[in-house]
Amino acid sequence: MLNLVNKKSCCNTSDSVQDDFEKIILVGNPNVGKSVIFNHFSDSYAVVSNYPGTTVAVSKGKGMIGGKEYEIVDTPGMYSLQPITDEERVSQNYLFNKKPFVYLHVVDAKNLQRMLPLTLQLIEAEVPLILVLNMMDEASERGISINESKLERKLGIPVICTTSIKGEGLDRLEDAMSSYVFQPATSKVEYSRGITDSITSISSLLKSEYEISTKALAQLLLLNDDVALEKVMQNNEDIESIARIVEGTEREYSDPLSYVMTVERQDTVNEIVDSVMVKNILKPDVSVAQNSYTSSIRERIDKLLIKPVTGIPILLLVLYFGLYKFVGGFAAGTVVDYLEGTLFGEMINPLVIDSFNSVVPYPIIQDLFVGEYGILTQAVTYAIALIMPLVGAFFIVFSIIEDTGYLPRLAMLIDRVFKKIGMSGRAVIPMVLGFGCATMATMVTRTLETRREKIIASMLLALAIPCSAQLGVILGVLSFSGTALVIWAVAIGLELLLIGYLSSKVLPGESPSFFIEMPPLRLPKLSNVLVKTYSRMQWYFLEVLPLFVIASVLIWLGRLTGIFQTAVHLLGYPSQWIGLPAEAGLMFFYGFFRRDFGAAGLFDMYNAGMLTGVNVVVAAITLTLFMPCIAQFLVTVKERGIKIALAMATFIFPSAFAVGFIVNYLLTTFGVVL
Amino acid sequence: MKMSEDAEHILEKMWVHANEEMNDSVDLASFGLNVHSPVVQELLDAGNVVLNDSHIMLSEDGNSNGKTVVRRRRLAERLLVDVLNTKGKYVRSSSCEFEHILHRGIDENVCILLGHPRTCPHGKQIPEGRCCEKAREELEHVVSPLSALQNGQSGRIAYFDMREEKKMQKMLAMGVLPGIPVSLVQSYPSYVFDLNHTRYAVDTEIANSIYVRIEENQRF
Repeated sequence: MLNLVNKKSCCNTSDSVQDDFEKIILVGNPNVGKSVIFNHFSDSYAVVSNYPGTTVAVSKGKGMIGGKEYEIVDTPGMYSLQPITDEERVSQNYLFNKKPFVYLHVVDAKNLQRMLPLTLQLIEAEVPLILVLNMMDEASERGISINESKLERKLGIPVICTTSIKGEGLDRLEDAMSSYVFQPATSKVEYSRGITDSITSISSLLKSEYEISTKALAQLLLLNDDVALEKVMQNNEDIESIARIVEGTEREYSDPLSYVMTVERQDTVNEIVDSVMVKNILKPDVSVAQNSYTSSIRERIDKLLIKPVTGIPILLLVLYFGLYKFVGGFAAGTVVDYLEGTLFGEMINPLVIDSFNSVVPYPIIQDLFVGEYGILTQAVTYAIALIMPLVGAFFIVFSIIEDTGYLPRLAMLIDRVFKKIGMSGRAVIPMVLGFGCATMATMVTRTLETRREKIIASMLLALAIPCSAQLGVILGVLSFSGTALVIWAVAIGLELLLIGYLSSKVLPGESPSFFIEMPPLRLPKLSNVLVKTYSRMQWYFLEVLPLFVIASVLIWLGRLTGIFQTAVHLLGYPSQWIGLPAEAGLMFFYGFFRRDFGAAGLFDMYNAGMLTGVNVVVAAITLTLFMPCIAQFLVTVKERGIKIALAMATFIFPSAFAVGFIVNYLLTTFGVVL
Repeated sequence: MKMSEDAEHILEKMWVHANEEMNDSVDLASFGLNVHSPVVQELLDAGNVVLNDSHIMLSEDGNSNGKTVVRRRRLAERLLVDVLNTKGKYVRSSSCEFEHILHRGIDENVCILLGHPRTCPHGKQIPEGRCCEKAREELEHVVSPLSALQNGQSGRIAYFDMREEKKMQKMLAMGVLPGIPVSLVQSYPSYVFDLNHTRYAVDTEIANSIYVRIEENQRF
C-alpha cells in the first residue's frame, strides 16, 4: 500500500496550477482525442499521440470558457473506474478528490458500445458530467449515426458530438460547459438482486462524506478495489462488516463479481446503444467513395506494416533512415560538429572562460564553473551543443512514428521476441525511446504492467541500449571499419538478449501478458510533431539539466578530494585486463558521468595512436555496456528504488569488463586485424 | 459398473481435493460420513478409495473415475451456460442433475458439440477426454479459441478464461464480453483481431483464452 502511495505522488509531478479555479477534468479511454480537446481549451500543451498510453502524467492548464477562467486537467487513459495500470490509477485518484466543476467523458463515437459503460459508472458516482462523442468523422465513415438528443434523454446528462481534430462541435461543447448546472442523474444500470442488495447494505454502512456517491464507492468495495478500501479505512468505517458482505456476495455468484457486474452493465449499454445508434449501408456518394478509397489505401498499408514478411524490412528501413541517417548522421555529425566544435568550442566557451576568470580570481571556483568539467563548460555546453541536437532529432523521428500509429504495430511485431527476454511488446516504447534518452525511457517504464517487467526493462536500458549521444559518438569512432561496427552491434545485441533471457529466468513474478489497441493509421500533422518535440525537449531540459549540473559538482568535489584520481587508477586494472592501456580507466570513469564522454575519450586515444582497431572495438563494447550516465542512474533509483539500482550497478560494472575481456580474447586468438 | 450418485459426488470432491487443492487424504467426518456409511463401503468395494483410520485417499482407479465425474460436471455446466443459456444461480443445481445423465459416450458428444472447452463457467479446468486430444487438429468447432481461427474468420465471443483475476480484468477492459462480434485479422507474430470497431493485438496466451462462436467462413 505504501508503495502505491509513493507511486501516486511521483506521477503527479506537474502540479503547477493553483487550486483557485474550478476544474474541468477530461476522462476516457486512451486514444479518443482527449488531448486535442485539452489543447483547444487550455493554454498549455499536452502531448497528443496516436499511441495508447503515452500520457503518463496529468496535464493541466488554464482556459477561458464562457468568459470564466477554469483549470483544465487531462488525465491519462482510463477504461473503467477500476484501474489496472499505474496510469489509470492516476485518473481514478481524481475521482476521490474535490468535486470539479464538470467531468468531460470523451468517447470514440464509433465505439460507443464499448465506452458507454464508463459513462454509466460516472453517472452512478453522481459526479457532474458531460458526455463528448468524439471522432464523429470516423463514425460516419463507417456509416454510423447517433441520435444525440435521444441519448441525452436516456442518460439524463448533456451529450455533445464533436470531431475535435477538425474543430467541429467544439463551440457547442463550450456552450454546454458554460451553461452547465450540476443535477445528479439517476443510475441507469439494474444489477441483479444479490448485487443490488449488497450495494445498498454496504452504502448504508458508509457514514462519512465522500466525493463520489456511496453507491459507487460500495461497488468499488465489492470489487476489492485497493484505493476505495484505503479511503474507507482512512475514514474508520466498519471494514469488517463490509468485508463480510463482500465475501457473502462473492459466494453467492459462481462468476467473479467484476465479470457479472460488467456483463449486467453492458446489457444496459446495449439497450441504450440499440435505440440511439443507426448503422446505414453506405450510399455510393462521391465523398464517401473518396473516403472509402483513402481507407482502403490505409488498410493496405496497415497490412504491409503488420505482416512480418513486409513489416520487418519496413522496420529496418525506418531504423536505418530515422535513426542511423538522420540522428546518427545528420544530427550527430553535421549539427553537433558545428555547435560543439565551432560555436561553443571556438566562440562561446573561450569568451565565457576568459570573462569568468577575470571576474573570479579563485582557481577552485573557476574549476567548478569553467574548468574541464565545469558547470558552464561541461554541463551547459553538453546539454545545448550535444544533447539538444541529438535528442531533438530523435524526438522528431519518434513523434512522427508515434503519430502515425506505428508504435503499437511495432509492439505487435516484436512481442514474441520480447517475451523471450521477459518483457511484453509494450516494452518496445521505452526501449525505442532509450535510443533517444535512456533517462527518459527509464521514466516511461512506469507504463509497463508488472514490477518484474519494469525491472528487466530498466536493467536492459542501463546495460545495453546506447542513448543518442553515446550512439552518435560511437558510430563516429567505429566508422573506420564496417566489420568493427558489425562486431560491436552483434556483441551488444547478444548481451541484450542473453541478459534479458537470464533475468527473465532469475527474477520471480508472473510473466507479462500482451494486449494493445491498434488505432487506425493516421497521417501525422507537422504542427503537432513540432509542438510535441518542443514540449518533450522542454521536459528534458527541466529534468535532466539539473542532474548534469550535479554531476559537474560531484566531479569537481571528487577531483578536489582526490577520490576520483584513486578511482581512475583502480579502473586502470580492469582496462588492462581487456587489453587496453591503463589510461583507459579515465575514459570509463568519466563515461559514467557523461555517457558519450567516454566515447569521445576513446576517439582521442585512437587518434593519438594508443589503440589498435581491436582495442577500439573492445573499448566501445565495454563502454556501451558500462553503467550509463549518472542522470539515468538517479532516475533508476527514483523509479525502482536504491536497492535495485545498486544491484544493477554491481552487476553491470563487472559484466561490462567480462564481455570486453571475452571479445578481446576471441579477436586476438583468431588474429583479427581491424 | 454403475456407481451411485452419492459415490460419484464423493469421488468428485476427492478428485478436486487431490488435484486442485493438493490435499490427498480427506477426513470422512468432513463429508459427514464414517467408515460404516454405505457409500464408503461401495467405494471401498469398487477399489476406488483406500481407507486409513478415518481418512480416505483415492486409489489409481478412483482418481481416473473422479476425473471423469469432474469432467462431466464441468461439461454439463458449460452446456447449460453456452448452449441452453442458463443464468447464474441456476447453473449449479441444474448441472448436478445433468452430470449424472452424461455418461461415457454422451459426455464426448457434448464435448465435441462445445468445441472441447478447457474451462467451466467458473473458470476451473475441465479435465481432457480422449476426444479432446483427437479433435485438436480438427478445425470445425462450434466454439473455438480465438487462436484457432483462420485469418479472416469471424464470429462472436462465446466465453473466456476467468481463472486469473488480473487477466480477466484486462479482457473486460478491452471490451471482451460474450456476444461481441470478433474477427481474426492475422495470427503471426501476434494475434490481431477486430473487436467491434476496435483493433487489438494480443499474445498467444490471451488468444488461447478467448473462445469464439464461429459464424461465417470467409477467407481472403
